[in-house]
Amino acid sequence: MSDIMDIKYAAAATFSSAKELYDAAGKVKEKGYSNWECFSPIPVHGLDAQMGYARSKVPRFTLAGGITGFFTGMLIVWFMNAYDYPLIVGGKPYFSPIYPFPVFYELTILFAAFGTLFGMFFLNRLPRHNHPVFEHPDFGLTGDDKFMIVIEVEDPMYDDEETASFLKEVGGQSVQIIREPID
Amino acid sequence: MSEVKEVEEHEILKKVDPAPWKDVPLVLNNRDYKWVTDKVCGIVESKTPTWWWWCFITALCIASFTGMGLVYLVSTGVGVWGNNNPVNWGWAIVNFVFWIGIGHAGTLISAVLCLLKQKWRTSINRASEAMTVFAVLCAGIFPLFHVGRVWFAWWLFPIPNANAIWPQFRSPLEWDVFAVSTYATVSILFWYMGMIPDMAVLRDRATETWRKYFYGFFAMGWRNANNHWRNFEMAYLLLAGLSTPLVLSVHTIVSFDFAVANLPGWHTTIFPPYFVAGAIFSGFGMVLTLLLPVRAVFGLRDLITQKHIDNMCMITLATGSIVGYAYAMEFFIAWYGANSYEGFAFINRAFGNYWWSYWIMVSCNVICPQLFWFKKIRQNTPLVWIISIFVNVGMWFERFVIANTTLSRDFLPSSWGYYSPTVVDIFTFFGTFGFFSVLFLLFLRFLPLMPMCEVKSVMPQADPHADH
Repeated sequence: MSDIMDIKYAAAATFSSAKELYDAAGKVKEKGYSNWECFSPIPVHGLDAQMGYARSKVPRFTLAGGITGFFTGMLIVWFMNAYDYPLIVGGKPYFSPIYPFPVFYELTILFAAFGTLFGMFFLNRLPRHNHPVFEHPDFGLTGDDKFMIVIEVEDPMYDDEETASFLKEVGGQSVQIIREPID
Repeated sequence: MSEVKEVEEHEILKKVDPAPWKDVPLVLNNRDYKWVTDKVCGIVESKTPTWWWWCFITALCIASFTGMGLVYLVSTGVGVWGNNNPVNWGWAIVNFVFWIGIGHAGTLISAVLCLLKQKWRTSINRASEAMTVFAVLCAGIFPLFHVGRVWFAWWLFPIPNANAIWPQFRSPLEWDVFAVSTYATVSILFWYMGMIPDMAVLRDRATETWRKYFYGFFAMGWRNANNHWRNFEMAYLLLAGLSTPLVLSVHTIVSFDFAVANLPGWHTTIFPPYFVAGAIFSGFGMVLTLLLPVRAVFGLRDLITQKHIDNMCMITLATGSIVGYAYAMEFFIAWYGANSYEGFAFINRAFGNYWWSYWIMVSCNVICPQLFWFKKIRQNTPLVWIISIFVNVGMWFERFVIANTTLSRDFLPSSWGYYSPTVVDIFTFFGTFGFFSVLFLLFLRFLPLMPMCEVKSVMPQADPHADH
């Protein structure tokens, strides 16, 4: 179908090394762009600071999961062995935070691990199986050996001509516009 | 900070020419990123090799032994196993502890070595984590069927049942339920999360539709964006931090199954650290057993280098020595504690009715790994592989010795007995190796064998400040 409509999503430039990406990211940040992203096959060391990202918020989810797990453990032991069906074993108290500690311990780790994984998914807004950036013909190579900087049209400073030439200036190879088809 | 004074260089330092630090690269032959991607993805993308089918069919046949053993057990009753008074645990607990122990090296490599910033772990961690998951699955079979009426096994979990009664949380066996199920779950989460970026690579390379859907589904739409990496790295570090106390606790709790009982030879405080060291020891034995053939078959010598083998051998040597020390210390404490029952239990271990199993254990676990002191031996891959098999055998016998010598000779000579496995015991255990191999072969065929993003991260090209 030749009459498929599309909308402009972003300007993209590829780079061939982590160093080039790192240096270019610093210049994009300096220039004052705000809606942009770096794509790389590896987590590039120091790129977060270069892009002005704050520390990841995943630990909050881990902590929340851990606390929930610990008290869930306590609650089930208290409810099951001391409240709902008090069970006398070896003349020990019905409930104590000591003897079933392994249960609390394991549930703390279990819930914290779930918190971490789902926290990561939530913060990354995943699962999301469709994204305009996938339209870039070389996107697959960002998992292989290519690096990419994408500046979105949404960015207040975006300008077709200027952004493209800026990306070339900072060392970008094969600068192109990503278009998102709509039907 | 202004108080920092310039340190005066000593005369002699000017004359000394420091020896150059030989930094062995983790990926040999100056490979680039593309090579790594093609190598790792190539394994799953290429046509299924013939040897794979032969191995897979053989493994399935072996696995059927477990199937047959279990069907016979369930249809007849748990009496078809050799365990009876006084040895009520028999092979079931031995096999359970053996397989759980195997799993520990995977978590050690993925979590503990991650926290210790051991970069060499990257090329072996995925396969080791897979080993962990599959070993825990094998381990789970034994307690599950040992409960006797397997259809009531769900009573182990705190789920309401018709008797209106709950599990008893003072029992180490109940702690075990929580420890092992948490361990299995967290190992799968960690394994899966580490695979997400690699699944995305396979998704983007896929040409066949089923691959696009399969890898696409599990990649969850991963985009290699730095924002993704930022949260991923943090989550990875946190899961490593959570898995470390978890892995230490799992074998500690497994050892509580024994140590909490008031039986000579079991009721000792050395059990938790001794079990954890033994688990790591056996797990590294299994990692070597699995990865040396994989390295040869897939031509991964540039990724799993001699340095990796050396390191794994040295960890095996270190943990094997810890285990040897623990054996000696048990004897010392049995003598020093001056408890006649304890003393008897240990004399009986080494020279009693199961003396042969004790000496198999000592030769495989204490003597064999000492060969790894020698560089020549560590460089002889077939020999390393053979020694790793001995480690596996030795660690199985360790659990056999612990469980059986104590139970077969308890306080009253009138209740003494001798335990021998039945053919059903042997079939069921033998088959688990097939089951494990089936899962591992499927893993090799369909999932990325190495974490490409992590391997690439430890290559020189990953440094954003280097000129090359």
